[in-house]
Amino acid sequence: MKRLSRTAKTDIFTYSLVTVGFIAAQLTQGAGLMSSSLKGQLVPICAYIVMAVSLNLTVGILGELSLGHAGFMSIGAFAGAVAAAVLEPIIPVPEIRLAAAMIIGAVFAGIAGILIGVPVLRLKGDYLAIVTLAFGEIVLNLINCLYVGVDSKGLRISMLTSAEALRLNPDGRVIINGPVGASGITKLSSFTAGFLLILITLFIVQNLVNSRAGRAILAVRDNRISAESVGISVTKHKMIAFVISAVLAGAAGVLFALNINTIVPTKFNFNTSILVLVFVVLGGLGNIWGSIIAAAVLTVLPEALRGFNNYRMLAYAIVLILVMLLTNSAFIKSTLGRPRLKRGAKT
Amino acid sequence: MSDRKTKLAPLPSVNFVPERDAAFTPILECRGLGINFGGLSAVNDFNLAIGRTEIAGLIGPNGAGKTTVFNLLTKVYQPTKGAILLNGVDTFDKTSVQISKMGIARTFQNIRLFANLSVEDNVKIGLHNQIKYSEISGLLRLPSYWKQERKARERARQLLSIFDMQDLAESKAGSLPYGAQRRLEIVRALAAKPSLLLLDEPAAGMNPSETAELMDNIVKIRDVFQIAIFLIEHDMRLVMGICEGICVVNFGNIIAKGTPDEIRGNPEVIEAYLGKGFVGGSESRKY
Repeated sequence: MKRLSRTAKTDIFTYSLVTVGFIAAQLTQGAGLMSSSLKGQLVPICAYIVMAVSLNLTVGILGELSLGHAGFMSIGAFAGAVAAAVLEPIIPVPEIRLAAAMIIGAVFAGIAGILIGVPVLRLKGDYLAIVTLAFGEIVLNLINCLYVGVDSKGLRISMLTSAEALRLNPDGRVIINGPVGASGITKLSSFTAGFLLILITLFIVQNLVNSRAGRAILAVRDNRISAESVGISVTKHKMIAFVISAVLAGAAGVLFALNINTIVPTKFNFNTSILVLVFVVLGGLGNIWGSIIAAAVLTVLPEALRGFNNYRMLAYAIVLILVMLLTNSAFIKSTLGRPRLKRGAKT
Repeated sequence: MSDRKTKLAPLPSVNFVPERDAAFTPILECRGLGINFGGLSAVNDFNLAIGRTEIAGLIGPNGAGKTTVFNLLTKVYQPTKGAILLNGVDTFDKTSVQISKMGIARTFQNIRLFANLSVEDNVKIGLHNQIKYSEISGLLRLPSYWKQERKARERARQLLSIFDMQDLAESKAGSLPYGAQRRLEIVRALAAKPSLLLLDEPAAGMNPSETAELMDNIVKIRDVFQIAIFLIEHDMRLVMGICEGICVVNFGNIIAKGTPDEIRGNPEVIEAYLGKGFVGGSESRKY
């Protein structure tokens, strides 16, 4: 190809943005310039970037509001934690075990996406927002009373009141202990793994958008009636976008969970869903690299504002409002000019 | 309703079809087509046949039910009465998507482009069911992706060249001038490879020279693609100039059918729509 199309340029820009960010982070870390609190945030930043990009697929590219994205993350996280624990004796190499856990977490989240999508995506209107809102709460409450353990006889699952109900053999151990969550997780995630997951996510989302199915998804978003008039099945393409979005959120959940010792179900509540939605809206609907920057900056920001102590969240809110005002002001846009790449992004 | 699924026999006497198409099954046949919205009968007892390579017009005063007929044909609304036969096949219980695959493509009165996407992408979306590859090869960019995408690109440029729009391929569809948006809608509809093209007021908002050019292009499209075209239009110069058959509706009922000359002289049509001042058909009348 002699001349790259505008979308191809945007795609390459996005890949390079992530790669440059990764190399810069590795260099500062290697030179010992990175604070320990930021170091601890590298993997969560990666997880939130994947969350933001995947939610952008539903909200920005498909044009359906989803308020329960953390629910898919939660399913991925706990499925991944169980998978990592069960696979420990089978797959000794941590990297491969992480990959396997991610695939399992992604598959579980994808199944949940299909279960929600099949009835809801047939409807016209904002029903997806209502159902995903409920979905997030349902997942939270289900995992709150889920007990999973493993012993020599295999996996044991119970939805009763305590971990005793699992009746584990003496050699067994509890993986998910209801509201206490999953504890004693072996740390498998690394910054490099997070970086690779972001690249895979970008590869999937950007290739999808620039393919026949992706154009159909954009067509459904822009005008449902004329999409149908040229023979595009609306439900099918909504499903493709929504399920891929759920799958990626599941993988992000695994990355997030296998980075820390203990995860509790309440970590993935409504606030987390809204937080990810804020990343997407702030980065620009349909703008992939915008989501990446917004997710990275807004994950770091609360820590960076630690100096303000009690007023930390207040300052966070003010920064958010300022960014929204500034990025939408006609004056700023005309003086700075919108970045040229943004027009190429399918906003 | 299982009896509806059996194939309906062709109408014994086919009116409104030019001689060259008379030997073939009409591309479109409506029989007693009707729809009620609540108590209001928007279209009633609509009977019509259109030949395979015919240019047919649908005219009538505002609110007569013209666009409703198009919406019934493309199953945006499900008819409450009657049958639509496409190429002799009953379209009962078919969805808009299936209708598109069966060969009807349309444009819209209030332009419905994918305004945020490029002109070329709009046409490629029209090619959705013509140039195909699996979702997996799209995600992984397998060889079939590259091959079919190149084909789609070439075909899109080729279709845009009908209206001399190749140079606009990279522009955003929503930023095009009004006339170009109307033309792009026609190109997108043609991309779906229809055998019947429905045009809903294609000349609305165009100046006389643009309209004259559009008339030439509509005839050209019919001749090149060998398809039937059914159009709604208020510009009498266009309708009388290129349509071989005209159907006049008023209050949801057909009040006249025939050739332009027959329609021009029909007292009922003059009373309901054309107006007494309409003589000879040389004047352009818009509502």
